[in-house]
Parts: sequence; C-alpha cells; structure tokens
Amino acid sequence: MGIEEKLGYNILTTTLEKLVDWGRKNSLWPATFGLACCAIEMIVTAANRYDIARFGMEAFRASPRQADLMIVAGTVCKKMMPAIERIYEQMPEPKWVIAMGACATSGGIFDSYAVVQGIDLYLPVDVYIPGCPPRPEGLLYGILKLHEKILKDPFITKQYQERLQLRRVEAA
Amino acid sequence: MVHKAILSTVNCQLLTENWKLETGFKMDITQPMPRTETMLLNLGPQHPSTHGVLRVLLELDGELIVSADPDIGYLHRGIEKLCEYRTLHKCMPLMNRLDYLAGEQNNFGFCLAVEKLLGVEVPKRAQYIRVMIAEFTRIASHLFWLGTHGHDLGAMTPLFYAFREREKIMDLCEMVSGARMFPLYFRIGGLAADLPEGFMRAAGDFVKSFPRRWKDYDTLLTQNEIWKERTVGVGVMNAEEALDWGWSGPMARGSGVDWDLRRDNPYSSYEEFDFEVPLGKNGDTYDRYLVRMQEMLQANRIVEQALKKIEETEPGDIKAKDPKVSLPPKDKVYTDIAALINHFLIIQDGIRPPQGEVYQCIEAPKGEMGFYLVSDGGPQAFRLKIRGPSFVVLAATDKLCRGRLLSDLIAVIGTMDIVLADVDR
Amino acid sequence: MNAAVELLQTKFADEVVEVVEFRGETQITVKPGRIKDICLALRDDPETSFKYLSAIAGMDYLPQSPRFGVVYHLYSHKKKNRVALKTLLKDDVAPAIDSVVSVWSTANWHEREAYDLLGIRFKGHPDLRRILMPANWVGHPLRKDYPLKGM
Repeated sequence: MGIEEKLGYNILTTTLEKLVDWGRKNSLWPATFGLACCAIEMIVTAANRYDIARFGMEAFRASPRQADLMIVAGTVCKKMMPAIERIYEQMPEPKWVIAMGACATSGGIFDSYAVVQGIDLYLPVDVYIPGCPPRPEGLLYGILKLHEKILKDPFITKQYQERLQLRRVEAA
Repeated sequence: MVHKAILSTVNCQLLTENWKLETGFKMDITQPMPRTETMLLNLGPQHPSTHGVLRVLLELDGELIVSADPDIGYLHRGIEKLCEYRTLHKCMPLMNRLDYLAGEQNNFGFCLAVEKLLGVEVPKRAQYIRVMIAEFTRIASHLFWLGTHGHDLGAMTPLFYAFREREKIMDLCEMVSGARMFPLYFRIGGLAADLPEGFMRAAGDFVKSFPRRWKDYDTLLTQNEIWKERTVGVGVMNAEEALDWGWSGPMARGSGVDWDLRRDNPYSSYEEFDFEVPLGKNGDTYDRYLVRMQEMLQANRIVEQALKKIEETEPGDIKAKDPKVSLPPKDKVYTDIAALINHFLIIQDGIRPPQGEVYQCIEAPKGEMGFYLVSDGGPQAFRLKIRGPSFVVLAATDKLCRGRLLSDLIAVIGTMDIVLADVDR
Repeated sequence: MNAAVELLQTKFADEVVEVVEFRGETQITVKPGRIKDICLALRDDPETSFKYLSAIAGMDYLPQSPRFGVVYHLYSHKKKNRVALKTLLKDDVAPAIDSVVSVWSTANWHEREAYDLLGIRFKGHPDLRRILMPANWVGHPLRKDYPLKGM
C-alpha cells in the first residue's frame, strides 16, 4: 500500500524503532548468573532437549560487559548481594532482568536471616517466573514474555520526548 | 600490582638515563626487573566454571598457585535454623534443596534419620522403591558432573550426550511425583503414593538402553589424549590423607579407600543387592573420573535388581503401619471421623519423636551425607546438623592445588563435584 | 560394649560423664578439659582406630546451663565402629574448647563453622574466622536467642 507498491518486491519498509527492537529481541545474550537450583534448570534449557538456541540465546556470556540479559536464577543471599549489584552495573544499556524462580522473586521457602526476600528490592525486574524450580518450558515462556516486552520498547519516542521537554525548559 | 611493576621499571630507566648523563655510569637494563610480589586474583563468586557461587582467593606467582583459599557462604540460606522452626514433614522441601543435583537422596537420609529416631519399620516394597529412586538420582548426579566437568576442561560434546540421559531420568521422576528435580516422593515411614502405571516399563527401557549410551561417553573421554593430559596427576591425595581430611564417596575411593556405606554400613535393604565398588589407585582426577563412570554402571545394575524385587512385593504396601507416623488412606479420611482426626493431628501438630539423638549417614553421590538429629520430644527438631560431603571435600582445595597451574584448579574444582547448596546449607 | 567406651573407661575414667546407647548408637559424654588427649587416644589406639572424623556439631541447649556443647562423630574403618563424643562447655558467655585440628585435618572447617554460627572459640585453631556469614556480620545466627529473620 502506498510507497511499498512502487518500490518493488524485494524492499521492506518499517520504522527504525521496530527494526532495532526486533534485532534486540532476537539475540538476547544472557549473562551466566546461576546461583542455586534454578541454575540447573537454566542449563537444561540451554541443553539439547529444551534448546534455547532457537531463540538466539545459546551464547551465555561469562563477562557481564558483553551481556544484555541477567537471569537471576537461584536464592539471593545477603553475602552475594554486593556482587550482584556490581555485575548489574557493569552491564551496558539496554539491559533487562528476569527473576527466575521463587527465591529470586520473593525469597522463596527461605525466609531466614541470610536471604534477601526478592531481588526486586535492589534491581528493576522485567519478568518474574514463578516455580521452584520453574520447568524449562516455564523459563522459555518467561523469555517469550520478555520478547513481547522488548518489541514494545519505545526507545526513540521516549528520548525525543525527554529532549523536547529539556528544550522547552531551557527556552522558558 | 601490575602497574606498580611497570612504574618501577620506568623509574629505573629514567634513573639510569640520569646516571648516564651526569656521571657517565652505565647500568645494565637489558635484564627485566625481577617481580618479587605475588598477585592476588579473585576467582569470583560469578564465574562460569565454579559450579555456583564459590569464591577462591588465589595467590599466584605467574600461573603457579601459591595458595588457594575458598571463600564460601554465598549460598548460606540458614537451612539448619529453618528446620528448628518447622515440623519434621515440613523440613523435607528444605532437605531436597541441599544437594540439588541429587534431589531425593537428601530426603532419603533425612527420612531414615527420623525413622531411626522413631523406631519405625518401613515395608520392603517402600525400601526397594527408595533404593531404585536413589540410584536413579545417583546416575543423574554423575551425568551432570560428567557434562560440566568435561565442559570446564574444554570437552563440550559429552555435556549434550549426558543431558540426553539425564532428561530421561527427570521424566521418570516426573512420572512418579510431578516434579523434575525435587520429587519429594519419600515420606517419613515410607512413600507418598505407589508407583504409577507405566513406570516399571519406562524404567526397564532406561535400564536396558543405558549401558550402550554409557559407551558413548566412555569412547569420547577415557582414552582421549587431551583429557588424560589435563587429568592424570592432577589433584593427588593418597589414602591416609584422604581419611584424615574426611573424604568419602568417590573422592576417597579414587584414592584407594575401600569404603562404601551401602556395602559396609547398609541401610534400607542395600544388603540384599549385589554390586561392585570401583576403586582407584593413584588418587588423581583421572582415577576419580573412572570411579564415577563405573559407579554409574553399578547403579544401573542395582536398579535392574530393584525392579525385579519390586515386582515380587505386594503393590500398595508402601507406608509404615504405625498410625502416629503415617497418614491414613485418603478414602478413610473422607468417611471415618477417627481417620480424619488422625490425619489432621499428624499434619497440623506434627510427628512427635521420643527424646534422643541419632546420626544417620547415607552414601550420597558426593560422599557421606550425615544427618545429626536431636529431638526434645516436641514436633520440631531441636537441632538438625547436616554433614554435607561437598563442605568437607572443598576444605582440601589448598592442599590439592598448591604449586600447580591455575588451569589445574579448574580441573580440581570439577573433580570435587561440589554443589554449593551442600557446602553452604 | 563399644571399644571406645572400654578405652575411655580404662584410660580416662574420671573424664567420662555418661554413656548412652540409643537405637544402636553409642554416645559418650566427656568433660571438655582433656578433649585433645582423648581424641588422640581414640585415633591412635589400635583397638579403636578412629581415623575418620565425620562431623563436629556445635550445640546450644539454651534453657539448660551449661548452654553450649560440641559433638564429635567418629568412625573407624578397621573396626566398622561409630561413636558420638559429646562435651558440655563450662562458660555460658564465652564458650571455648581446645581445637582438634592437629588430630584430624578435616576439623579445620567444621570448627570454623561452629565458631561462625554459635560463637564457640577453639583454642589453637590456625585460622579461626567466619566461614559462612559475611566477615562483618554481628552475632551468631544458630544460637537459640537469635531471631530467625535476623536482627
């Protein structure tokens, strides 16, 4: 319709935002952040039966500087919290956090002196996946929900709005 | 530390040039400054090959390890204290999450400890089913160890082969109780329910196909030159030292200690099963690898015998007959008021064991897992001390790695087969 | 009768407080003063030969006094014999006992854990510091008067 009729069959049109969001969601690279039992289900998701490579995510980066997704899988203890915050700060923007399992969501069955009752007390979480541990299909469903969230990410329009606001403030 | 060394060489050069200019004195700067300090490297809590949140503080002289100090506690969840606030049945989900690779083995030890304290006799069918599930989880744990140990040392293919079999075992666990890693199938006094239909056939299929699959892993690694280079002579411990350091299970058997709790201190009818205990000679990583591979085959053998024994027992006889311990059958609970009250009291109040203490240990896949249960007569445990095998094995890291290369530390951590939830509890 | 009980009653007769046999296990309560000599004798004597220490459990019997205790679980491979050696520590405020690291090397980490979680000091331990809790943690979590959710 419109311009696409005149361009020919081998040219597609889209917005920059949709294209960048599609590229980002199709190759999210998780940082290896398995802490406890949920890490095992995460490894199993990356193994041969529940192949996570079909979503482009089999490259689990060991260095947080090369990753854009942090799947917090397992119990978060108070001793480990400074390390988690440091790793989150080392990841470059844009970054997302998935809280996998009951322990990362809310402390799980361990409401004791040494456990942080949910990673969302310290980090902004995008998707929560319940379960103890969640099945690999559960983790994949959570990842697909995150893909939907990424596809709706208004990164251009939000920045444009902010800059516009700043210019208005300066002009006034 | 690195930039201090560079600065010192730079200063040295400036100094010598000044000397040359002012006095014509020449210093020989062709030899590099000898580095006299060691480097402190943090093999941090987030690392792909530490199998969880383990931090090792390494003092390195180049690539040689001068000292290795493991720093643990990053997964300390306070399980021992939590158990003091729960009735004995409610401790069981916590127990499952101790050695999370072999979920039901921990519950096996805990249920045996409580049954020993109560003095309750578990029927034979329940004992055989427990042995079968325990040996399946042993195979699953060793398969995971094989995959990750190989992956750390660069052999990425066995991971996918091993996980293929592990998925079949997870399917069997799911058939029995609904959950993959933590079946929570054992209860104090027996089992939760009888085996479902189709389980015996599926288990029989697995047992028949496993030795052929085992041959795959064997072909990939056992005679592999690179594998042998990385593992022969690494992390050596001889038999007396292994006992002194409290090693048990495949770690001690790799050093030649002929001790298997299933054969020498049998529990839960293991004395009726016929299996061999593989032993190593040199106490290095390669021998421990061979011991664990053979243990998988022996566990398969035990399951085969258990399947035959289960068929000879009466179906449905899976709980101890003591009404204070076992829940009554569900149809009675819905119709008979006495059974309803019994059910309510057991779940709400909890089982009340007599005052006393027991120490029960089992042959977990990682070694001797012990439960020291102290009861004061109330429904909650007064003190539950869990002796985790990985905790004891990790203490010897410094001894095994001193004077070796950094990459040998990775091989040693892999061979110790540690699970951090077992170390930290 | 358990060989350990015989040995202790002949050589250390005034250290033995109580011997209990429960569910097929032997539990010997001794006084904490000469615990290192007792452990050395149990390890080296050829009749008992307890060369393997399974675990050291720190105990807190709060309503009772003495409040703190230590339990050593020993196993002998030669004699297929298991024994639990219990002691009650004298001081309720600053409990202390000799360390057995020189007898069994595996006691190192077990004693560090008992110090960390219960506050029992082991005299002669080469490196007594916290092992499971962070280094700057205040308090000993496994004590009965420490709340479950923390301070």
